[in-house]
Amino acid sequence: MVLERIKKILSEFNDFTDDQLKGETTFAELGLDSLDVVDLVMKIDEEFGTEIQLDGSMTTLGNLVSYIEANKKD
Amino acid sequence: MSFKISGTGSCVPEKVFTNDDLSRMMDTSDAWIRSKTGIERRHILSTESLSDLAERAAIRALESAKINAQQLDLIICATIQGDFITPSLACVVQSRIGASCPAFDINAACSGFVYALDTAAGFIERGRAKNVLIVCAEAMSRHVDFDDRATCVLFGDGAGAVVLTPGEGLLSIKTTAAGNSQLMRITCGKSGRFEEAQASPSVLIMNGQEVYRFAVSAMKADIEDVISAAGLSTGQVTYILPHQANMRIIRAATALLGIGEDKILCNIENFGNMSSASIPVLLDESHRQGLLKNGDIIVLSSFGGGLTTGACAIRWNKN
Repeated sequence: MVLERIKKILSEFNDFTDDQLKGETTFAELGLDSLDVVDLVMKIDEEFGTEIQLDGSMTTLGNLVSYIEANKKD
Repeated sequence: MSFKISGTGSCVPEKVFTNDDLSRMMDTSDAWIRSKTGIERRHILSTESLSDLAERAAIRALESAKINAQQLDLIICATIQGDFITPSLACVVQSRIGASCPAFDINAACSGFVYALDTAAGFIERGRAKNVLIVCAEAMSRHVDFDDRATCVLFGDGAGAVVLTPGEGLLSIKTTAAGNSQLMRITCGKSGRFEEAQASPSVLIMNGQEVYRFAVSAMKADIEDVISAAGLSTGQVTYILPHQANMRIIRAATALLGIGEDKILCNIENFGNMSSASIPVLLDESHRQGLLKNGDIIVLSSFGGGLTTGACAIRWNKN
């Protein structure tokens, strides 16, 4: 499931509780700065075969999950 | 027949600009800059010119190589902009050091040193030159926007130089370009009297996230490629000398490569990003500190405006 795979990747950055990982949680709220977001996007792209654009439109976990579900290559 | 590095030299300006100095000018802090970039201080031109730095680096490299200026067959300077649009920085250096060989500049931004090595290797291989001086000199303080705290804290000024002579030191080399003026640019800032489009201000503009992504991917791919092209394994590399743009780029790329921190040479904390001068200044420092032994394999990796990248594997055999 997409969300589980994302949580596994996020655990490489920090220990997050399930409570912290909600759709509306922003990357900033998770303590990720702009370059951490790029590291995350690069790992997501490798995991899911996506090509996420860094245009500032993706700010929450919910944005990320929706994008991946629409664009992933399985 | 390629080259060996016979001499190294460098010169940075006297004036040191610490993170605390920057915090007095704008809303930033030493803690923030250190944690985001690894930079603690940088050197900034105040009383010297860029030509001064280039000349001193060149003289030190010549002394290190035990070669005099009259013995040079070629001078190549890498710079995004010298003190003059013309004469080239290479011609200014030629005149100051008393050489009488051909001299020209190249602009490959932060990849300038590796591009210059590649260029010099060709001249040496064709038999057009034996002793080549390369100087990389950058005055980034002239180009950064000191109202943009995201970028102005990253850069410093300096010059690094090497003297190359015929030898078998170059094991592999790779340069790339992917032309893009959106992700990183400094416009020239001038329009002709009759041009309809007016030039925008000449300051550095950068998409930090995209440039970081490009840099990490490029550094990982290029280092793998030049090690493989040299017929070596990662374990046989003694040191990596990465372009000193941001400590986080270096950490991210070397983590992807599985290379330990003890193999990565860095001086970003003291100099910031000096564009093409970063790697040759690091090389000179490392050489003078006695870090480099004959037979050591060093891998240089750079990336920057263009977008350009350049990497190479060299067997050190200077001493």
